[in-house]
Amino acid sequence: MSTFPANASGTVDGTLLLAAGRGFLSPTGVEITFVLVGLVTLGAAIMAVTSKQLVHAALWLVLALGGVAVEYLLLTAEFIAWVQVLIYVGSVVVLLLFGLMLTRAPIGPSPDADSGNRWIALAVALATAATLVTVVVDAFVSANSAWITLDTPQGDTATIGESLFRHWVLPFEALSVLLLAALVGAIVLSRRRSTASGAAPRTSTRPVAPPGPGARPRAGARTVAGGGPADAQPVADAQPGPGEQADAGGQSEQSPVNESEPESGRGKKEER
Amino acid sequence: MEFFDVAWRLLVVMLAFLVLPLLVGQAEHKVMAHMQGRVGPMHAGGFHGWAQLVADGVKFAQKEDIVPAAADRRVFQLAPAVALVPYLIVLIAIPVAPNGVVGQVVDAGIFFVLAVLGVGVLGQVMGGWASANKYSLLGGMRTAAQLMAYELPLLLAAASVVMASGTLSLPGILDVWQWWWLPWQLVGAFVFFVAGVAELHRPPFDAPLAPEEIIFGPLTEYGGLRFAFFMLSEYAGIVVISALTSVLFLGGWHGPFADQLGWLWMLLKTAALCFLVIWMRVAWPRLRADQIQRFAWTCLVPLALAQIALTGVVKVVFL
Repeated sequence: MSTFPANASGTVDGTLLLAAGRGFLSPTGVEITFVLVGLVTLGAAIMAVTSKQLVHAALWLVLALGGVAVEYLLLTAEFIAWVQVLIYVGSVVVLLLFGLMLTRAPIGPSPDADSGNRWIALAVALATAATLVTVVVDAFVSANSAWITLDTPQGDTATIGESLFRHWVLPFEALSVLLLAALVGAIVLSRRRSTASGAAPRTSTRPVAPPGPGARPRAGARTVAGGGPADAQPVADAQPGPGEQADAGGQSEQSPVNESEPESGRGKKEER
Repeated sequence: MEFFDVAWRLLVVMLAFLVLPLLVGQAEHKVMAHMQGRVGPMHAGGFHGWAQLVADGVKFAQKEDIVPAAADRRVFQLAPAVALVPYLIVLIAIPVAPNGVVGQVVDAGIFFVLAVLGVGVLGQVMGGWASANKYSLLGGMRTAAQLMAYELPLLLAAASVVMASGTLSLPGILDVWQWWWLPWQLVGAFVFFVAGVAELHRPPFDAPLAPEEIIFGPLTEYGGLRFAFFMLSEYAGIVVISALTSVLFLGGWHGPFADQLGWLWMLLKTAALCFLVIWMRVAWPRLRADQIQRFAWTCLVPLALAQIALTGVVKVVFL
């Protein structure tokens, strides 16, 4: 029943040149672009692991992952390219940044960002790269076992869907079970922590808002990111000694000293 | 020949990108004013203050470019561009009329659009962090949390339409669209539109900005042109989300005399949805950050899953 458009986009036409013009001495425009984007990606990746500033490292990671997406695009794997942008740039890096901001994200260098394992990490990275390069070379180049030819577009949505749900259904489903297990594990971990240390923070993270239909005290502790302001500011979780009004983040943190005053103000606001 | 064709298409997309958000902004001024018993801007340009946003733009351009001393300069300056450019890129893939009137046919168009839209939020997170301001940081975190919560229902609702049409290409979806998809995909349309509005941080989902509470969230420290870019990206986002909703769920250019008037139907549907976005801002109070999260996870995600189930059943049993 599915009606896929017969012609792919212009990028596919252009990148067929990649397959047509083999040879290192007469590179095509696509090949030159591929190498240049690859260099940028490599540079961004190196910056991501060597940068002394945590958030900068995450942003370099955006560039590296985006560069990989462009490489996919140049290899006619359009669907994978957009999935790469959607999942990695759009979600994983945002999650990473969220985690950084939630814990600590100082502006300026973090001296303890370096790990003592960096040489082991380098060795692992090189070994992984060697494996991947071998597989890719084997897939594209080897005369006897060329799995993939670039003469026909292999990366459009219809082809990927067919191979994924005809030939690779079992691994695909196994992977989804793996992801489900990770999801369940994450929920179990977060629930255990909230019951263990539930009593102490709850007194301080309780919203000051008068108990209305929408005010549930435990909402911040339950949802992963819901209590953004409450979990966000480590400063605000400290004892309310300094009485810094400004440090009490957002709506749900007020020191007991001036609890009555904002409560009345909030009540007035809700009346209106 | 081909070069001029591409250049012409890009020029039109660029013009739409520059004009439509301003129209929405002006409409917001006037619609909000009249809903609140005011008249809104009346002076700039003479006739009912039509040039108010042009004047605002001139004002923004004249302002001094300030970067806070403690801020991370590079990231701070880059953030507005990261927030704005994705919406321009997305407009390229949105079809406005039958027979290939679209900036560029993208094979996996819906994926392309949603992927690039997600990148735009990164700009706000960057701005929130780089401002070295606790309110900005709070806003940035709320932005990130909100993006992660609403990305899922947005994708699921779009997946429902993709299942129904059997293609990921936006013009392809419109080619097979039938009028009875409207009731069939109604729940999906609701989920998609609401999640899209939430990703733009429009009221009632504007806890990340919340001017009365955390000043302006990630935008607190911004001024002048950079602030204008953030504002422009918000209104461009309204246009993009409305256009996408009308393409995916309201049939885009479908309507009487679609061959000649397709673009008009598309514009009308988009404008109606933009009006709805403005109306929501006037009508409803702001949700708290935790209410926003709960609404996404306990309401929109189950609804989107139910829509997918319905789509699958109808597709298998009746088609």
